[in-house]
Amino acid sequence: MIALSDYLILGAILFSLSIAGIFINRKNVIILLMCIELMLLAVNINFIAFSHFLGDAAGQVFVFFILTVAAAEAAIGLAILVVLFRKRRNIDVDGLDVLKG
Amino acid sequence: MSYEKFIFYVFAAILVFAATMVITRKNPVHSALYLVLAFFSSAGIWLMAEAEFLAIVLVLVYVGAVMVLFLFVVMMLDIDVATLRAGMIRYLPVGVIVAVMMLVMLWMVVGPENFGLEKYAAPARHAADYNNTAELGSLLYTVYMYPFEIAAVILLVAIIAAISLTMRRREGTKYQVPSEQVAVHKKDRLRVVKMEPEDKMELK
Amino acid sequence: MIETGLMENIYLTIVLAPLIGSIIAGLWRNQVGRAGAHWITILGVGISSVLSLYVLKLHAFDGQPVYNDAVYTWMVSDGISFEIGFLVDNLTAMMMAVVTFVSFMVHIYTVGYMAHEEGYQRFFSYISLFTFSMLMLVMSNNFLQLFFGWEAVGLVSYLLIGFYFKKETAIFANMKAFLVNRVGDFGFLLGIAAVAMYFNTLDYHEVFAMAPSLADKQITIWGDTSWSLMTVIGVLLFIGAMGKSAQVPLHVWLPDSMEGPTPISALIHAATMVTAGVFMVARMSPIYEFSETALSFVLIIGATTAFFTGLIGIIQNDIKRVVAYSTLSQLGYMVVALGVSAYAAGLFHLMTHAFFKALLFLAAGSVIIGMHHDQDIRNMGGVRKYMPITYWTSLLGSLALIGFPGFSGFFSKDAIIEAVHFSTIPGATYAYYMVVAGVFVTALYSFRMFFLVFHGEGPRDEHAKHHIKESPWVVTLPLVMLAIPSVFIGYLTVGDVLFGDFFEGVLYVAPEHDVLAKLGEGYNGEIGFIMHGIMAKPFYLAMGGLFVAWFIYMQKPQIADWIKKKFDMVYMVLEHKYGFDGFNQFFFAGGSKGLGNILWKAGDRFFIDGLVVNGSAKTVGWLSGIVRHFQTGFLYHYAFVMIIGMVGLLVWFVLK
Repeated sequence: MIALSDYLILGAILFSLSIAGIFINRKNVIILLMCIELMLLAVNINFIAFSHFLGDAAGQVFVFFILTVAAAEAAIGLAILVVLFRKRRNIDVDGLDVLKG
Repeated sequence: MSYEKFIFYVFAAILVFAATMVITRKNPVHSALYLVLAFFSSAGIWLMAEAEFLAIVLVLVYVGAVMVLFLFVVMMLDIDVATLRAGMIRYLPVGVIVAVMMLVMLWMVVGPENFGLEKYAAPARHAADYNNTAELGSLLYTVYMYPFEIAAVILLVAIIAAISLTMRRREGTKYQVPSEQVAVHKKDRLRVVKMEPEDKMELK
Repeated sequence: MIETGLMENIYLTIVLAPLIGSIIAGLWRNQVGRAGAHWITILGVGISSVLSLYVLKLHAFDGQPVYNDAVYTWMVSDGISFEIGFLVDNLTAMMMAVVTFVSFMVHIYTVGYMAHEEGYQRFFSYISLFTFSMLMLVMSNNFLQLFFGWEAVGLVSYLLIGFYFKKETAIFANMKAFLVNRVGDFGFLLGIAAVAMYFNTLDYHEVFAMAPSLADKQITIWGDTSWSLMTVIGVLLFIGAMGKSAQVPLHVWLPDSMEGPTPISALIHAATMVTAGVFMVARMSPIYEFSETALSFVLIIGATTAFFTGLIGIIQNDIKRVVAYSTLSQLGYMVVALGVSAYAAGLFHLMTHAFFKALLFLAAGSVIIGMHHDQDIRNMGGVRKYMPITYWTSLLGSLALIGFPGFSGFFSKDAIIEAVHFSTIPGATYAYYMVVAGVFVTALYSFRMFFLVFHGEGPRDEHAKHHIKESPWVVTLPLVMLAIPSVFIGYLTVGDVLFGDFFEGVLYVAPEHDVLAKLGEGYNGEIGFIMHGIMAKPFYLAMGGLFVAWFIYMQKPQIADWIKKKFDMVYMVLEHKYGFDGFNQFFFAGGSKGLGNILWKAGDRFFIDGLVVNGSAKTVGWLSGIVRHFQTGFLYHYAFVMIIGMVGLLVWFVLK
């Protein structure tokens, strides 16, 4: 039988990979967004695993909400990306430092 | 190794592989496609955890909508990938170290000694007539009614925000102005001209 | 016997009449004008004076019972009620009569003295206000109202010393009086606080009733020291009295207070306000009787004041200052009487002193009017010819002051000296020598001034010689009116006040301290007292002083200069008033100025302005200058920081 820890370790691996992804692809906003999606996926896996093992559907409801918010976030993030591209003709994060102190 | 366990590990391996690909590919299009693969395999894992509705939603919403949106954007924008990848090698060690540290820590927390089978026995399988969608629905429309409405509003806001962010008017494009069209008066468009009758042609 | 309700109205009238006069003269001074101001205030004080005499008659002769009741409750807090109330017994009645009578005389006198001065209405408003405050003080039946009156008379004193507020020295003097009194009042307030804390009431009678039960109580002030409660309260209250009654070392303000107009020197700084301390200690006799330490303290302070301030009086040349030092010295006598538990003698001297000292001050003022506000006695002389009434009243006053047998001062002062002689309290021997020597000094400075002013060659200034004339009747009438009691009051009342039952039930004297009772055993009538006085040392000392003054200043003026040269050191010490002023000026004024300077520079400018205000602003600026580099604007930096923070938290959480 699959143990709860298997699910959780899978989520941890996925989470760590996406963190590594954020470090590696620090300039590419698209990949950054994808890494965030991956992180959310890792969290969702945890939620679902706990929901399954504890027999409580509330975890799944939370996954539902996370999916909703993640979709909204992805939509707005990409919209911003498009605007950014129109403005600067590239999506290089290195150039984005007008908010510095 | 049981059949079930085998399936789980296969899906898990695919998921980890796909995730690794997502963060290492040069081309964002490839990354996006690997992300699709990752979503698919995690949908499989969710199915094994008896979260059928969410597995389907993940495929429909993420793969069908969000990832398509990603691909759309990636392909639409003319991205200079080479510059974006500069410094990738430089940050690789840091990323790996942080990630490994993170993983070790998390493993210590969620590893088998804390969450193994002897701690959390595998739950009994639901009966064949169990309806995950119905259960989730009954929860969403009763207990979580209010958050559900808020989620709907968030989505609405996201739609409006996305549209308003990306909308623009190009120079030289012609538009209709419906309000002006509706509010038009006869005298603005129609001019009645009185003309002297022409001389009768002389029919010769 | 008059019913209580009516008495209450009489008491209220006595207190409020001067207040109403003061308010009208003060707030509507332009409407009432100069004449209106003095009529309204004289009327107010006159009413309360007549009623006070009536009250004194009721209490002293008709056996009116003691009145002790609150007329208004301000508030009640934690069981302690804060009230305005009156306690009228023989002591209060006597004080009321003295205060209102002297005040009445001074009001009349002021009409003449201030005739050509600015701020005429203001002056009348102030002295009426003073009368009100003093009455509140003496009629109070609780510590709160006592403190109110105490501070109110201090306030009016401050205002009146600085009456000529355009004069630099007057401003200095009133500030000095104010500050020195603050020192005393601080002790006084602490004493009242101690009473409120341990007795849990502010009412006199309740406190006095509880005093015996707390007589042996020991309290801890700091560390593990143990103090007798009664001693602490007694000493603290007496510190207040030292400020108000100008006892060494808080006496320094009184000579300077002579910057004020002469009528108030007579009223406030001789007859009434400065005796408030004596009155207060006498009123608190049920507390003081339980602490021999406190009594001893009182005695030594009083004896020191009595002798040493008198010495300074010998070398003063300002006519008012001589009288002022004489006042200090006489206050010392009163305090000595308190110290040996001869409260009745102290109060008796208070009363007689009020009359003859007010007389001397007003006479001095009369001379000053005649000399066109020249106050230097070296410029005077031969004034007798021009101002006969002033001369004769002054002579009577001076004789009363030096204790010439038969005059009022004789009875009171002799009683004090005898009482000290009989006392066994620690310090009594010292005090005895001080007061006996003081008699000689008193006679010397009094008659030095008297001879220099009234006898000898005419005024040095030809102009003054030409214009000098007797003062108008508003000035001389009070002189005569005050001269009468100065001469006779002692003879008339000595038997009842000192050895009779006038203060029965008012003053409490522990049997082992009761020196007046011992004195009373040998008392056989006023004439006998006078006879005994003629035989005793003080009389010869006084006559000696008188003679020395006459000889030195009338016969051989060069002796004075010779002594001055010969005893240069002593003269310098006296000239500098034992260095109290210099010490205060250097140590306290300079010290606090220096301290203020240090606090200003180190505390305010460096610490608060420099470090706290500008420093924190600069630190924030400096810190944000560093911190702002963290805000690079780069998205991934923020992400890194977040992640590293998260990892850090995780490590801490897991490895904890």
